[in-house]
This record gives sequence, structure tokens and C-alpha cells, in this order.
Amino acid sequence: MNASAAIPVPVRLAQLHRHAPGTVAGVDWDQLAEPEARRLRELGLDEGVEVELLHRSGLFGGPLACRIGRMTVALRRHVAAAIHVTPLARQA
Amino acid sequence: MNTTPLVALVGNPNAGKSALFNALTGARQKVGNYPGVTVERHSGRMALPDGRPVELIDLPGAYSLDPGSPDEQVTRDVLLGRQQGERLPDAILTVVDASNLDNHLRFTLQLIALGLPIVVALNMVDLAERDGLKLDPEALERELGVPVVSTVAVRRRGLDALKERMAEMVKGVTKIRPSPGVQHDIVLLQRRARQIATAVTVSETAARRWTHRLDALFLHPVAGPLILLGTMFLMFQAVFAWSQVPIGWIEDGMKWLGTEVGTALPDGVFRSLIVDGVIAGVGAVIVFLPQILILFAFILVLEATGYMVRAAFLMDRVMASVGLSGRAFIPLLSSFACAVPGIMATRTISDEKDRLTTILIAPLMTCSARLPVYTIIIGALIPDRAVLPGIGLQGLVLFALYLLGILGAFVVALVLRRTVTKGATSGFMMEMPKYQWPSARDVLLGLWQRALIFLKRAGTIILYTTVILWALLSFPKPPEGSTVSKVDYSIAGRIGSGLEKIVAPIGFNRDMALAVIPAMAAREVAVAAIGTVYAVDNPDDAAGEESIREQLQKHWSLPSALAFLMWFVFAPQCISTIAVTRRETNGWKWPAFMVGYLFALAYVAAGITYWSAIGLGL
Repeated sequence: MNASAAIPVPVRLAQLHRHAPGTVAGVDWDQLAEPEARRLRELGLDEGVEVELLHRSGLFGGPLACRIGRMTVALRRHVAAAIHVTPLARQA
Repeated sequence: MNTTPLVALVGNPNAGKSALFNALTGARQKVGNYPGVTVERHSGRMALPDGRPVELIDLPGAYSLDPGSPDEQVTRDVLLGRQQGERLPDAILTVVDASNLDNHLRFTLQLIALGLPIVVALNMVDLAERDGLKLDPEALERELGVPVVSTVAVRRRGLDALKERMAEMVKGVTKIRPSPGVQHDIVLLQRRARQIATAVTVSETAARRWTHRLDALFLHPVAGPLILLGTMFLMFQAVFAWSQVPIGWIEDGMKWLGTEVGTALPDGVFRSLIVDGVIAGVGAVIVFLPQILILFAFILVLEATGYMVRAAFLMDRVMASVGLSGRAFIPLLSSFACAVPGIMATRTISDEKDRLTTILIAPLMTCSARLPVYTIIIGALIPDRAVLPGIGLQGLVLFALYLLGILGAFVVALVLRRTVTKGATSGFMMEMPKYQWPSARDVLLGLWQRALIFLKRAGTIILYTTVILWALLSFPKPPEGSTVSKVDYSIAGRIGSGLEKIVAPIGFNRDMALAVIPAMAAREVAVAAIGTVYAVDNPDDAAGEESIREQLQKHWSLPSALAFLMWFVFAPQCISTIAVTRRETNGWKWPAFMVGYLFALAYVAAGITYWSAIGLGL
């Protein structure tokens, strides 16, 4: 795929740069356990919602703190890896 | 029939529901249980502006009416009138976090669809403004079609207006309502909630949020864990250092009471019962009230500020390595105060296996009831000298006992998750609330409730067991001129001698065996029991801590004392914990398993300690 600067390509939330917000492009719901998927929906995760990676904990693959809408949520990495995000265009 | 209108307080976790409940009901609260389930029922009375009373029930926080945990199930069942032992509420008071409308309104929409009269408290408007979010409550009222009141529950703002709207709500309450429909489509509700949130937002400036700034520090990969460690250290340090003065007051008070009562009463059985049994026994336990309150104060403040969830976040990786999640950290930390609230706090863990494992290891956290046992034995038998400048041997031993409990818990969790509670690794997904300055009132109210529970325990279970023990120790009396000591001749002495055969291989003497039995009621009774044993043997001596210390030095060897300490690290010496485990796991299977494995561990660990100490020539 040819990623031009104008059309951002979705990346996984887990791989997002910190403090570089994006909108949810899609979620691999089938990669998540049913209770996980439901709780994630209850925390407001949905296509089009603005998300941002805030903090990674520790060195050994600990959880991530992410912003979903106006809420901060702790997620494990495999969950964040199932969320595809379209980065927002950088403001000058 | 109870005709007081019943209003259910409902809301998302972290919406400030409990603060609102405290602000509305003050100290007029009752904590009970729903029959058949383990969820605590918090209810309280409040008066409306026109003087009418209302009963308010604080339902567990939930994200929706589709329950994901036992807590959320109660919330749904009460609202649908299906909860056994609870009448259908007449109305709903729902709380939403003003800065989290797009999420919290989803649940509100689901609640409105139930058809009960409802008022919405738009809470924490101050924090929303701090974050640069300006809302229009009237627009929200129009969009939702139900009354909306802005509040700041922790600062007691907006309460009068809220009470006015509640009075209107319960004015013409009739119990007939359209058949309640639960709207289950989360995604649909969510989209509607977001529309409304956008419609009522007047302005939103990108103010740098306080919470993000603090998180940059508290969740920092290096600084975060160090701060957590420092906080834990400060907490345990405070439990010991800050409690010394109030403990002194209580001790002096008890000594004074013992002497006064001792001189006022005629010599005889009754005086012995009151002075040796009641005052010595209960007094030995009440001195630990300051330590317990300090520990609870820390836990309440950590929870109210929002730091506790950050601690769970930082601990998730470590907990995951033994098959648990960061969520288990909160109940386990509470278990340092007492395993009973700790085990009850596991209800927020949705995964059944995860929750069960946490319950089974919670008793290994060194609860405050072990402190009296540890401090008195360490004080008596471990030499008070410095190992390194500023680090005393006594403190080090105490620290080692705490650490041993934690290590034991980790090893046990690891084994359990691979055997009896085997299952897929559970997830960790938690909302991280905004930081908030805790209200002193809420913390004091929480402490007051804990103090009452502890004193009630001291006044009942501990009082009964010490009196029974005193009776068993005092009768039958040896004949005049007998050389056998009073304790040896008594019923308890004979029971103790019998038990001694079982515990002799792990280095316990008769007095230890005697102390272990009543300690089943509550661990701290062991101290009271030791106090009573020696008080009965030496009636002339005021049964203060000093005398117990001297008696311990006379009768206990160091290896035996170490074995006794080790026993208390593991032994499930607490009926309340066993009872709460039965309630939480709905049967006797798991409490039986817990008691079995813990006693086995205690016996083996005490034995190893005893024989190693002997081998080392201690």
C-alpha cells in the first residue's frame, strides 16, 4: 500500500505514538474474549471515537493507559493491538 | 408495610455516587447485606425540604443494566424489582460525571427507559470546569426529558436544589408504571449518548488536564513504581510510628481501669472475671484500634484520590506473572487492614477464576489483627538492637513477616492458577478516574464505620472468647496446698496439654497451644489469651503488657517464638474470614479448601522454622 502523507493509514492503538490522537477505524472484536469486548464497548469504544495513547507501564509489556473520548482507561496490550486507529492529521 | 418512599441511587463507577450518598444521608446510614448474595446494602435516611423522610439506597456502581459482575447484577435486579429482600424503588436518583457525559449518559438513557421517576445529578461540575469543559444543564434537561441538577457532592454543592427536585419526584408516586423495557443495544445507546453530550457542551477548551499532568508522574515507568513503593513504605511506617502515642493513652486508661475496678470490687471470682478476664482480655485488643484506623485512613484516602487505580495499573504486570490482574491489587492491599473487606472488594473482579484465586490468597496478607500478636512476641523475644544504622532487628523481623505473607501469596496464586483455578488469563480493563482531593468528611465517616465494627467485635466475639477462656483457665481450682499451678489444674490446662502433643513437633508449648484455640475467633485474641493465662497464674500482677512480656521471656524459647510467628503468617485463624469466604463463594467447598491448605502451610512452615532455629543454635 502506498501511504501518502495526506491519507493516514490505520495503525494499531498499541503502536501509536504517545500523545498523537487518532480516531478508531475498526476493532477486531473476534480477537477479544467476550467479556473483554463487552466491557470495552461499555467504556465507550466505538468506531469514530477519538483515542490517544497516554502511558505505557514499565518495560516488561505491562498495560497501557489510553484516552477513549474523555475517559482514561487502562488496557492490556493485546486489547490495544486489536484496535485500529486512523491518526489525526498533525496540526501545524 | 414500609411507606417511606424508596429512592435508588444509581450511577457509573467513579461518578461520585458514594460521596453524594454521604452528603445526602450523613451519618444516618445502615450497612447490611442482601439475602443470598454477598453485596453490601448501604441505605440511609434523608429528609426532603418539606420534611418528608426518604429512604435512599446506594446501589453498586454499574456501566449498564447488563451485569458483568455480582455487584452489577444486584443493581439491575433491584431496579427491576427482582432482588429478593428489596422492594421495587419508587424513584431513581442517578449520578453522572459531568466531564464524562458521552459515556455516562448511556447508562442514564437505559435508566430513563425503565419508566420510574428519575432525577439526574450532573456531578463534579467543578472538575469539568477545571478541565475547560462548559456544559448547559438546561439543554441536558431538554434532551433527556427529565430533571437535571448540577452538583459537587464532595463539596456539598447543589444539594438543596437536588432535594427540591427529589421532593417533586416523589410527590405523586404511584407504583404503577409502564412495563419496564431494558434497552440492550449498547452501541445504539452509546451513539445517542454522544449526540446528547455534544449538544449540551457549550465550549471545550483544550486546557491541559491536571490528571494528565499527575499521571505523567505517577505512571512514569521509573518514577511511578518508586512512588508506589514509597507510599506503601510510608503507610506501614505510619501504622507503627503514629500509633504509639494514642496506644499509650489506651494502655494507661486500661491499667487505670483495672486498678480502680480491682480495688473497688471485693476479692473473689467476680473480681477475677472482670479484671483478669474482661479488662485484661479486651484491653489487650483495643490498644490496636489506632493502628487499624491509620491503615484504613491510608486506604480510604488512596481510594478517594483516585491513586488506587494507578497502583493497580502499575502492579498489573507483576500480578499477571502469577496469573492475576492489577485489579486484584486493591482487594489485596485492603487485606492488610482486614481480609474481610478485602475479600468483599474482590466483587469488582469480573472473571470468576481470577476472583476465586484472589479470595483464596487474601488471608495471606498480614492483616491488622496479626499485628498485636507480632508486636508483643517480637517485643518480648527479639533483641532490640540495630542491624544497620537506623534499621533495628525487631523492625526487620516484622518486615520479614509481612514480606513472607506476600511471597507466600504469590507462590500460592501461581500454583492455584495452574491447578484448581486453572483458566484463561483474565483481562485488565479499568477506568482511571480523575484525581480528586478527598473530602475529610467522607474519610472520617469511613473511619467511624470501621472503628464501630472493630469495637463491636472487641465487645462481642473477643469479650465472649476471653471470658470463656478465663472460665476454662480458672476452674476447677487446685486443692489448697497443691504444688500444681492453677493453669495446669484447670480444664483449659488439660486441653492444652492434650493439644501440646499435636503441636510439640513444631516447637509449641502448652501456653501456645492454648492461645491458638481461642485465636480462631480472631487472631488478636491470642494476645488476650496469653494475657489471661498469665494473669490467672499471677493474680497479684496487674495484667499489663509489661507483665506479658516478662512472662513470655520466662516461658518461651526463641525457636518456639519464631515458630509461633510463622504459624500466624499462614494459619487461617479467623472465623469472620472463613464466614465471608463461604458467603462470597456460595458454599463450603472453597472455605474448606482455604482452611485446609493454610493450616497445612502453617504447620509445615512453623516446623521448618523451629527446627532450623534449633539447628542454627538460636
